[in-house]
Amino acid sequence: MNNKMKGKIDFKVLARVLKYLTKNYKLRIFFVIISLLLSTASSVAANLYLQTLIDDYIIPLVGVENPVYNSLMQAILTMIIIYGVGVLAGFLSSRLMVKVTEGTLKQIRDEMFIKMQRLPIKYFDTHSHGDIMSRYTNDTDTLSQMISQSIPQMFSVVISIIVIFVSMIATNIYLTIVVILFLGIILVVSRYMTSRSGKYFLKQQESVGKLNGYIEEMINGQKVVKVFCYEERAKERFDKLNEELSKNVYNANKYVNCIGPVNGNLGNTLYAILAMVGGILAIKGIGNVSVGLIIAFLQLSKTFIRPINEVSRQLNSIVMAIAGAKRIFEFMDEEPEKDEGYVTLVNVKEENGKLIETTEKTNKWAWKHPHSDGTLEYVELEGHIEFNDVDFGYEEGKIVLHNISLYAKPGQKIAFVGATGAGKTTITNLINRFYDIEDGKIRYDGININKIRKDDLRLSLGMVLQETNLFTGTIKENIKYGKEDATDEEVIEAAKLANAHDFIMRLPNGYDTKLTGDGASLSQGQRQLLAIARCALCNPPVMILDEATSSIDTRTEKIVQDGMDKLMEGRTVFVIAHRLSTVRNSKAIIVLDHGKIIERGNHEDLIAQKGQYYKLYTGAFELE
Amino acid sequence: MIKKLAECIGEYKKETILTPVFVGFECAFDIIIPFLMAFLIDNGINKGDVRTVVIIGIALVICSFIAIYTGVKSGDYSAKATSGFAKNLRRKIYYNVQEFSFANIDKFSTSSIVTRHTTDINNVQMAFQMIIRMAVRAPLMIIFSLVMTFVINVKLALIFLIAVPLLGLGLYLIATKAHPIFEKAITIYDKLNNTVQENVRGVRVVKSFVTEDKEIEKFEKTSELIYKEFSRAERIVALNNPLMQFTVATIIVLISWFGGKEIVANNLTTGEFTSLITYTMQILMSLMMLSMVLVTIMISRASGERIVELIDEKSTLTNKENAIKEVKDGSITFENVNFSYVNDENKLCLKDINVEIKSGETIGIIGGTGSSKTTLVQLIPRLYDVTSGKLKVGGIDVRDYDIKSLRDQVAMVLQKNELFSGTIKENLRWGNEKATDEEIEKACKLAQADEFIKTFPEGYDTYIEQGGTNVSGGQKQRLCIARALLKRPKILILDDSTSAVDTKTDSLIRKAFKEEIPNTTKIIIAQRISSVEDADKIIVLDNGKIKAIGTHEQLLASNDIYQEVYYSQVKGGEDNE
Repeated sequence: MNNKMKGKIDFKVLARVLKYLTKNYKLRIFFVIISLLLSTASSVAANLYLQTLIDDYIIPLVGVENPVYNSLMQAILTMIIIYGVGVLAGFLSSRLMVKVTEGTLKQIRDEMFIKMQRLPIKYFDTHSHGDIMSRYTNDTDTLSQMISQSIPQMFSVVISIIVIFVSMIATNIYLTIVVILFLGIILVVSRYMTSRSGKYFLKQQESVGKLNGYIEEMINGQKVVKVFCYEERAKERFDKLNEELSKNVYNANKYVNCIGPVNGNLGNTLYAILAMVGGILAIKGIGNVSVGLIIAFLQLSKTFIRPINEVSRQLNSIVMAIAGAKRIFEFMDEEPEKDEGYVTLVNVKEENGKLIETTEKTNKWAWKHPHSDGTLEYVELEGHIEFNDVDFGYEEGKIVLHNISLYAKPGQKIAFVGATGAGKTTITNLINRFYDIEDGKIRYDGININKIRKDDLRLSLGMVLQETNLFTGTIKENIKYGKEDATDEEVIEAAKLANAHDFIMRLPNGYDTKLTGDGASLSQGQRQLLAIARCALCNPPVMILDEATSSIDTRTEKIVQDGMDKLMEGRTVFVIAHRLSTVRNSKAIIVLDHGKIIERGNHEDLIAQKGQYYKLYTGAFELE
Repeated sequence: MIKKLAECIGEYKKETILTPVFVGFECAFDIIIPFLMAFLIDNGINKGDVRTVVIIGIALVICSFIAIYTGVKSGDYSAKATSGFAKNLRRKIYYNVQEFSFANIDKFSTSSIVTRHTTDINNVQMAFQMIIRMAVRAPLMIIFSLVMTFVINVKLALIFLIAVPLLGLGLYLIATKAHPIFEKAITIYDKLNNTVQENVRGVRVVKSFVTEDKEIEKFEKTSELIYKEFSRAERIVALNNPLMQFTVATIIVLISWFGGKEIVANNLTTGEFTSLITYTMQILMSLMMLSMVLVTIMISRASGERIVELIDEKSTLTNKENAIKEVKDGSITFENVNFSYVNDENKLCLKDINVEIKSGETIGIIGGTGSSKTTLVQLIPRLYDVTSGKLKVGGIDVRDYDIKSLRDQVAMVLQKNELFSGTIKENLRWGNEKATDEEIEKACKLAQADEFIKTFPEGYDTYIEQGGTNVSGGQKQRLCIARALLKRPKILILDDSTSAVDTKTDSLIRKAFKEEIPNTTKIIIAQRISSVEDADKIIVLDNGKIKAIGTHEQLLASNDIYQEVYYSQVKGGEDNE
């Protein structure tokens, strides 16, 4: 058993789990341990006392005329006390553990979530969402099982094994040797079964994953399945996976189901063998074996087998829980997003031509820039963005953006055009520092963006992405997402600007309509309009629209765009769009190809250049 | 519900029946063995009779081994029955879901269908295993043990008669009290997971609005609720063990006192005394088991109901008897078609649609967001049935066709394109299982996909990740078009299927359609005027009604919506080119 545990259980992880338990609940854990000790001791003691009761208090009375029950009464009282302590301690330990378990789980969940919020975008781009989710669900669930049940049980089991074992040695060494020999057999057998079932449990997990993945994929694409009359073929593969899972479930459970009866009855066999050996020893008068001793020993062996069975039954779940805990800790140990910025965004007012920091809401913002020589500088937030020879790669050594230099002055609308994978989105990911550049410099109002605190940098940038993500809550709450304190009027104004007001009013509860499941009840276009309203409400000096209107029809888009243009007057806008009609009134259009800028200029310039843009443009409007 | 679920036992009837039978044997031995042990002590060891000790000892060993055999057998049968039952159940709902129409699919959300296949089946499976094993074992053990205690000593057995129902009641109360709290806690748990999921998916939104702290606060609030609810439930459940220990202790103390007196009075032997204690433990363990079974059944009841709901869901579309299997040509006629997703004449999404499309024509459909373009074309392959009016394909009402035959002839590329994990070739073969490599290549050339596929190192054997995440949007769309072409349909519907394809390629695709599949009716929904302007007819939809039908020139001259769309794209609203 011990070898097996060493082989499979990662003790570092176990230690860390235990540290969590003891960190906040030192006193509680202390009492839990005390009560576990007490309850275990009492149950062992009660078991052993039973024999004393028979031998010392009942048997002597047999055959006595008018027996006096006083001593028996006293013995029974002792028993009541032993049991009473046990029950009380048992109650205390499980009651105390509730808070420890649930509190620790809460803490682990909270820590995971806080950690998650601090992880860089890269982590989310390189890990599947299901994988992240399962740490909150499966892994936490198995861990909870382990903390609330397996650990306390193992603890008391180990204690009782030790106590009983010591009592066995004290009672009779020869019979103990028989027990040890037999224990060897039991361990070999249960080890065989647990390793078998463990193997199939792993296989089962694997095929569960495969089957669930398949079901999810098929159900998600169910409409495609229908359109292609693919049902029969979809069933074939399902049947295969289903059969495989069923086989592994069968095998895994077969062995688990057997552990109980096999070990239990091996225990019974041990009992019989002990009785026979003991009986022979007693009658042959070897090793000071008396009848009472045999009975006591038999009682001991019975109480000994139960915890051993318990251990082998718990082992699998512990191994699984530790694997889950390991994944949780790995997640917590991920490198968080670094932020060495020290330039912050503050409200300012102008007095005598100088910017003065204020706590009032002035709608005028400035970068507060402390220099190394101790002086403080306030630079007004304007939205001037400049790229100087920027190189970037998602992976080290694999450059996807080469030598990007560009600038956007306040009031300008800059568009990025190019094929998928040309690097349009990547550029915007650098402005808000979702990713950090490899070489070169990006300046925001003349300040290197690496010096700006990330939160402040991002607050000054509005982003609307093609993939709109809405949150569970009302429409209003969703629009107010970036500006909690917005008034209803502001919300409606923003919605009107995004041309979302009309459709919102047609919804059953207007602005108070609840959205669930990422706003599944809305069309893609409507969701984009909401995302635009959400961003417009924040009124940022710089806005990034990454295919933000791709699902909106061109007529509506025109209306939205006119509104946005008005809103963003005097501010900087970056636009990425497939539709050239979306970008044509930009101040500058930057054409990207394979991470390089190949053309730039306004629409007329580019048309006159007759380059890539011209080709794209004319490709769109071949009017014969 | 039980009956429907029980049907899924199917070919595992033998195992399902044998499990409790062997569990019964197992129980019998669990009862006999303590009895033998008592006999061994009383008549063997206490009397110093080695022969008896050895004989009974050997009998015990034999019994133990038979018990091992029955235990292993029952474990094996129950594992087989359970895994088989779950398999059948899973297959049954999956097969039924395959029969679902679009309307059925809309009714259940994808995630709820998936959970029913996974978590719910798991719960029911667990309950099933418990029922065929524990639910048989526990009552049997209680009865056997009670009988044995009566056999041993009637007076002492009375203690059990009082204690057991009391304990049973206590355990039942705990279970029923804790269960609703658990259920409530689980819904909060769902909410928590939802928050996590939203944050994982919307991480860019969270970061760019710098709302990390707000999200953490939201999460912690839910997490706090979970903590409170689960603690409340667990605190009640925590009474289970002490209650049980308390009862055990009470019974043992009572037996010790009265039993002691009985021994002194020579009505009880010490061996019988120890077996009484053993039976006490067995009865209480069985009661504990019973309460566990009870809770599991309670938890799984809701799951069972959710599963049966899927089994009972009947497809809203069915084949007529003697359905027609052949589609003559690709002509389509809408006659006064009205349609509502909820089958309500007052909530029509399509009103009074009348269109005639000749076989081989190219039809463009233009309309704003929410003008029901998709709804209109979804009626053609009978993904939904019209609410009123008639829709004919090849001159025959679509409801008279065999659904599969109809859909084989109507290929539709959905707006929400889905590729499935597997190679490109495997994905394309969705359209035609038996397509040769040449046919696949030809379809890809038509869809302008061949070129980019060949740039992949593995070409047509390139592995597509789930959801097609490793190809770009435009590439995905072209693959989906090729997949539809492989069906060699009489009607091809593209629902905004080239939105991510650049305009040059888009026009090449249309050109290929014109030249290579002239006899196929092509219906193209598009946002871009350029995608439809050379169509034979263009339908302008607005708010579920047809505003105009005509060629590009006609509409440009006469229809204001069309003009507006056109100018918003071509002119940019300012200068003339």
